[in-house]
Amino acid sequence: MGDGRVSDGEVANGRAINAGPGRLLIAVYAIFALSASARAGFQIATKLGDAPLAYLLSALAAVIYVLATVGLARGGRVGRRIAVVCCTVELVGVLTVGTVSILAPSVFPDDTVWSYYGRGYGFVPLVLPMLGLFWLWRTSRPARE
Amino acid sequence: MAFYDPPVTDGLANGITIGSLVLAAWSLLTTALNRPVGRSHLVGLGLIELALAVQVVVGVVKMAGGERPEEMATFIGYLIASLLVLPVGAALAIIERSRWGSAIVALASLVIPVVIVRMRQVWGG
Repeated sequence: MGDGRVSDGEVANGRAINAGPGRLLIAVYAIFALSASARAGFQIATKLGDAPLAYLLSALAAVIYVLATVGLARGGRVGRRIAVVCCTVELVGVLTVGTVSILAPSVFPDDTVWSYYGRGYGFVPLVLPMLGLFWLWRTSRPARE
Repeated sequence: MAFYDPPVTDGLANGITIGSLVLAAWSLLTTALNRPVGRSHLVGLGLIELALAVQVVVGVVKMAGGERPEEMATFIGYLIASLLVLPVGAALAIIERSRWGSAIVALASLVIPVVIVRMRQVWGG
């Protein structure tokens, strides 16, 4: 886990992403990484045939949450890049899958993390990538204090 | 068949839920007051973790005694997860010596009631 040190790229042009509110963000992502991985692993191991697209999508979501957690915790230039990509994919994913699940529910016979914009998870999957991207944007500029 | 049957377990689950919510409220307050994690948070986390450990023992004893949750694998997953949340949260919160450490304790505490609800669901179906 990051210890809040400012690393490589951030020395010149920004603040650490893995300290302060960033550490809370890491915790939220870690919870989602754990629960999404466990759920996807269980679904794929026991009933992949029932709803292959939904379960593979669950697995993809799980991988993205894990990568985002690692990126945010690692920090630095590489960590930041990983986190930006993951948050963007997440946002596009939750908006796309959310819309499809409403317009054409038959595509996903079983719910995924992103169905109905993450309603089953209190809409956290929708809000989280926005918070993540906002945090990454804020810390990409020099601190104002 | 339900996890509710012996009153002691139901009481334990309710106690854990209430304790977690109290700790979450306290942690949100200390976040608002701009205070990092202190002894009060750690004592609260320790007590809830202890109760969760007792719950795991009760769950394992029941399963060993022949009772079967409706979704056994999921239930065991939640049993394991229930023990991991608070220590990991506490470690992160101690490293983060600011109000955000308190916020992490609040988050971890709020996860526990969700886990308890899910455990009841997968046990009873």
